[in-house]
Amino acid sequence: MATQHSRSVARFMLAPAVILLLGWMLVPLTATLIFSFKKYLPLRGGDLGWVGFDNYVRFVSSSAFWPSVMATLTIIGSVLVITIILGIVLALLLDQPMWGQGIVRILVIAPFFVMPTVSALVWKNMFMDPINGILAHLWKFFGAAPVEWLTQASMQSIVMIVSWQWLPFATLILLTSVQSLDREQLEAAEMDGAPWISRFWHLILPHLARAITIVLLIQTIFLLSVFAEIFVTTGGAFGTKTLTYLIFQRVLESQNIGLGSAGGVYAIILANIVAIFLMRAVGKNLDS
Amino acid sequence: MARAVTTQRKTLNTLIAWSIGFVIFFPILWTILTSFKTEAQAINDPPLFLFFDWTLENYAVVQERSNYMRFLWNSIFLAGGSTLLGIIIAVPAAWSMAFVPSNRTKDILMWMLSTKMLPAVGVLYPIYIGFVKLGLLDSRLGLMIILMLINLPIIIWMLYTYFKEIPGEILEAARMDGASLKDEILYVLTPMAIPGIASTVLLNVILAWNEAFWTLNLTAAKAAPLTAFIASYSSPEGLFFAKLSAASTMAIAPILILGWFSQKQLVRGLTFGAVK
Repeated sequence: MATQHSRSVARFMLAPAVILLLGWMLVPLTATLIFSFKKYLPLRGGDLGWVGFDNYVRFVSSSAFWPSVMATLTIIGSVLVITIILGIVLALLLDQPMWGQGIVRILVIAPFFVMPTVSALVWKNMFMDPINGILAHLWKFFGAAPVEWLTQASMQSIVMIVSWQWLPFATLILLTSVQSLDREQLEAAEMDGAPWISRFWHLILPHLARAITIVLLIQTIFLLSVFAEIFVTTGGAFGTKTLTYLIFQRVLESQNIGLGSAGGVYAIILANIVAIFLMRAVGKNLDS
Repeated sequence: MARAVTTQRKTLNTLIAWSIGFVIFFPILWTILTSFKTEAQAINDPPLFLFFDWTLENYAVVQERSNYMRFLWNSIFLAGGSTLLGIIIAVPAAWSMAFVPSNRTKDILMWMLSTKMLPAVGVLYPIYIGFVKLGLLDSRLGLMIILMLINLPIIIWMLYTYFKEIPGEILEAARMDGASLKDEILYVLTPMAIPGIASTVLLNVILAWNEAFWTLNLTAAKAAPLTAFIASYSSPEGLFFAKLSAASTMAIAPILILGWFSQKQLVRGLTFGAVK
């Protein structure tokens, strides 16, 4: 029963947020678009004029471009698969009766609060160091040769660090959902002799669909911009250069603003493709 | 009809769950333990678990080498300030979308969330130049505004989902009784929305505290928060596991403790209220 009056008040109250976000989006975006059509080298002559689509062509034809897109998608995809599968397993386990459930929850959620720079540094030095790292000691204990994680298995290492950070999030969301399962229905199915796998497939998994969607959506938003974990560990070497990192190098390390900006536009396009795909899936799941 | 669970089964559950919890928590535990060792003990072979000479020396060295308190204060200021600013802007926006929805409300919400997907690196240079021109580089104010803007969509979403659960009839009734819009928000809506606002605040403090792209790229000495403090320990100058651990512990301790105390409120907030 919104009156004309309350409608205009509502619009007025929404305005600051919309204007701010619109400005936050449009102003830098416009600047990035303009730069992307220029040869612009702040340390070597500054603004050297318009160059049309040169930067776009150069950015894509660089040998680093496709690998960086693949690296980005690999990190997002692997971390999503790992955190969701392990998250479901952990959620189902934590839902079982046990002693000290609250304490286990506290232990499991902790990595979520650790800032990315800290977790990257701790993993890099104290766990993945090939001489003094815990993993090296563990490998030696079992008689295996220590792995040089960040050079020999760089992508796996990054995925491992990022998954460690996001597993708590997935677990907690999924656990919340598991706890609202209809117990009587589950027990009825069990009494009817439905095997565990079919109870999981037909009752538990559909119930978790919404929670899984939320995990997908939110993690993707944050995983698209993974930066500190790579910055601190490999510095983009050994095949871990994501699109974000490639642009960062073009802009800040080689100070080639035009080229970096063209890369930025590509990154925005990639993010939008992922976003549209996600919004479709999520919108459908959240409506109900 | 709760099924009786055998003690045996419960013990097994407990064992498995505690082991997994321990493994997940181990990197943090190990960091905290190492921070109390000497550098030599920190790289001892085999690793020392509990039996070493506990020392506070590393904390003293870290504090001396890089003024921890100043970084801590910057983190508190940035996380607190950006969240407060965000809440002030987001509450009216979320209110209007939750109680006076139009047919565009859903699109606006989706659009807001989509601004979160814009890769920060794509707009780094314009922002950097703008900050230089406005004299905002390495200033707490400038960074606070950026952090507010990047988290604003999430704040609005969370508040929106919380507000949406408040029955509109209560507000109608207050309006019938002659409450003004200000009274309605201040005395009717706010008390009911406090839990939702609280968990929104918590989540955003954590996100702002841990943000490590803008805080690394837009600060130097003055405005640098703990993310930059810790990044200064990433340059390899020989082995210094114990000092790195002390610095890491100091950087994460405040937010870890806050997070543990508030984990129940957080869970609901994290799902945007979509999972119950």
